[in-house]
Amino acid sequence: MTSLRSNTLSRWPTDELLCWVLRGTATIAGTIVLLIVVFLIVEALPALYHVGLPRFFTDPSWHPADGLYNLTPMLWGTLFAMTGSVLIATPLGILSAVFCHYYAPPTLARPYRRLIELLAGIPSVVYGFWGLVVLVPLIAEIQPPGPSLLAGILILTIMILPTITLMADASLANVPQQYLRGAAALGLPRWATIQSVVFPAAKSGLCTGVILETGRAIGETMAILMVCGNVVQIPSSIFDPIRTLTANIALEMAYALGDHRAALFVSGLVLMAMIVALVLAAEWISRGRVYG
Amino acid sequence: MCKYLNIFRVNPCGSLATLLILALLGIPGSVTAQTTATDQLSGKLVITGASTLAPLIAEIGKRFESLYVKVRVDVQTGGSSRGVADARQGLADIGMVSRAMKDDEKDLHAFPVARDGVGIILHKQNPVQALTDEQVVAIYTGKITNWKDVGGKDAPMTVVNKAEGRSTLEVFLHYFKIKNTDVKAQVVIGDNEQGVKTVAGNRHAIGYVSIGTAEYDESQGVPIKLLSVGGVTASTETVRNGTFPISRPLHIITRTPPVGLAKAFIDYAQSKAVHDIITQQYFVPLAD
Amino acid sequence: MAETLSRSQNPREWLAFALVWGSAALVTATFCWLLGDIVWHGLSHVSWTFLTAPPENAGRRGGIGPILVSTSLILGVCLAVSLPIGIGTAVLLAEFTSDQSLFGRMTRRSLDVLAGVPSIVFGLFGNAFFCKTLGLGFSILSGGLTLACMVLPILIRSTEEGFRAVPASYRLSAAALGLSRTTTLVHLLLPAAVPGLLVGLVLGVGRAIAETAALIFTSGYVDRMPESLLDSGRALSIHIFDLSMNVSGGDANAYASTLVLVIMLLAINGTASWLATYGLHRKVVTV
Repeated sequence: MTSLRSNTLSRWPTDELLCWVLRGTATIAGTIVLLIVVFLIVEALPALYHVGLPRFFTDPSWHPADGLYNLTPMLWGTLFAMTGSVLIATPLGILSAVFCHYYAPPTLARPYRRLIELLAGIPSVVYGFWGLVVLVPLIAEIQPPGPSLLAGILILTIMILPTITLMADASLANVPQQYLRGAAALGLPRWATIQSVVFPAAKSGLCTGVILETGRAIGETMAILMVCGNVVQIPSSIFDPIRTLTANIALEMAYALGDHRAALFVSGLVLMAMIVALVLAAEWISRGRVYG
Repeated sequence: MCKYLNIFRVNPCGSLATLLILALLGIPGSVTAQTTATDQLSGKLVITGASTLAPLIAEIGKRFESLYVKVRVDVQTGGSSRGVADARQGLADIGMVSRAMKDDEKDLHAFPVARDGVGIILHKQNPVQALTDEQVVAIYTGKITNWKDVGGKDAPMTVVNKAEGRSTLEVFLHYFKIKNTDVKAQVVIGDNEQGVKTVAGNRHAIGYVSIGTAEYDESQGVPIKLLSVGGVTASTETVRNGTFPISRPLHIITRTPPVGLAKAFIDYAQSKAVHDIITQQYFVPLAD
Repeated sequence: MAETLSRSQNPREWLAFALVWGSAALVTATFCWLLGDIVWHGLSHVSWTFLTAPPENAGRRGGIGPILVSTSLILGVCLAVSLPIGIGTAVLLAEFTSDQSLFGRMTRRSLDVLAGVPSIVFGLFGNAFFCKTLGLGFSILSGGLTLACMVLPILIRSTEEGFRAVPASYRLSAAALGLSRTTTLVHLLLPAAVPGLLVGLVLGVGRAIAETAALIFTSGYVDRMPESLLDSGRALSIHIFDLSMNVSGGDANAYASTLVLVIMLLAINGTASWLATYGLHRKVVTV
């Protein structure tokens, strides 16, 4: 597809300049993440040195004031909340995008898309606020205490839905019209066309969407902090409160000093490790063709 | 260096290049407190620290700015520990600390500006009217988990605790002599308003927050109520006259003895002229 | 589309039909609930004075004038930095590097990781790097630069998808005409990739304008009218967070501020899609 790479086009002096400018921008973009990792490691070093990495997974609990630094329950908290919300949001989001393209009349599709775009920009604080005053009391009626893994999963689902919907929407828009006409000519019904023609053609975009939404689910902070209860424990049911790694940083960073502060940077490193694992897994699943 | 800073201040929109050069030279552009003539205060005062105090100090700062036109007071929120750390490192001219000073913080100069009580709150519909200190301890350590054991309905309790490092938590634990490792909570929260909203949304919850916040919210019809502690009603009035047992001083701190602008601001923040602001922000002015 | 695909009597088709409409209805209902809540509580407080007046009494009274200015400045800095870098990187990745090259692979991988970095980590990084190491202090500049780092991966990825969607025939025709790569890029590929760029822009601006955790450590808390980019300025989302979580009795103004933020977003998204349809698209035709 990208013939600019080959020598088909004639070489102009401006092209050389352009190429170097582009390489410069890409280098800046690429090194930001390195800067972040280096900085996290530097800040986390005191804790790694004084406490040692194993104790972050073997200590009896998380009470940094008393020198106990177990991160495992929060790791599980993050994983549970992420898995639950991605499992709900992915089908909802993809179906929403399908709705926009193949089911809704144009008069409905446009406002629907606007609505989703709008939701992508609502601050997480607002979702959290809404969750705290509307959703949590509702859950508390069913099964106390209310702030729980369930509340977290539901709020996260609402928050990551725009991401997956918009990405799916964009990738569906890129499916060539010929495919659809071909399917129509063969007399394929609508859903069969979508399932066997549209989805395979849009696979790479959909994958990107899922990766992006998973990343957001892992990284979400403020809303989760407000609705999850923030108790450091491995939940035994969906109604139990949990604390995620991000909420842990946000809750305690402003109040932490010394090893406690460094331990929170270790939380940050663990989060980064999760993201790297996610990216590698995504690459492995799509065999290096995330971008296809 | 001061010369550079003066240029910097006069023309803050200076080119990005100047800015970067200054930045690379490592001159902290924003953290400058300076005074010129003694009669005319001017300069920028950077204050960081406790989120509890931030709205109050920001309001005092605004009035201070209106008195001295050339003065800028920048208030940044964060937490008491950040106030201490920033003041120590010189990142801030003044730090805000919403608790009593600790033993290892004796090197700093602390100036109390107001007081704040910590009260226990329940949902308005909870029939329980009072709890003894022993009951509160038993509830927070997980020995009592149902409201019927303290004269309420048959319903499991939702214990709301504060996140580690918060001053309110330290004050609360100190009064009831509980170790945080022993606390069995169902919800852990950050700021006061989150506590109020959590309790207001759960009829079986118990929590503790700043009394001023709770009193205001109660008067606005939020379904919570304050419990008395040790037989003393929880209100800003009892905190003011010193009878309410759980309270904390709110401090502003400096690393070195304050001079010039910082001193003027601290004197002003401790003066009677700001008592109306303190009351307006639901804190208790210091008795004098 | 609806006419070309016949709806058969197949039960699976009906099930799919119901599922798609059902999920769209569910999503719409949830969001109308949320938005309705904001509009219901916020509308009565929004007025011209609210938009222009400075906040009073810790934000319980007064307006959000200086906060709107700070927010726009932060967003401006963010876009001024992230758009050129983002488009440049996307062009390089999509048009000038092969998928197999080491540089391309490494850049992509690092961007994938960057996309997942939690906003709170951006906040900590921005605080240490821009505020302290570069000495910018708590300022609009620091906040904008931190946000730029944050929206870059979103911008790059969507723009890249946009470039990949441009038919190969464009490039082949350009090659046949002997156009330089620069000309091809500026006059053919860029306009054709605009829809992708716009998706990225909408997502990116949405994320930037909604950001709280990253800004509280970088652009700061001061609610005064900023005088330069080096002043600390409170963003709208931080204002909402502070009012709802820290200031008792701030709920009414928190709702009103949220409503203003939603309206700002609507305006930005509307402008973006208007540009896509009328502004930039014409370029393909006239050149």
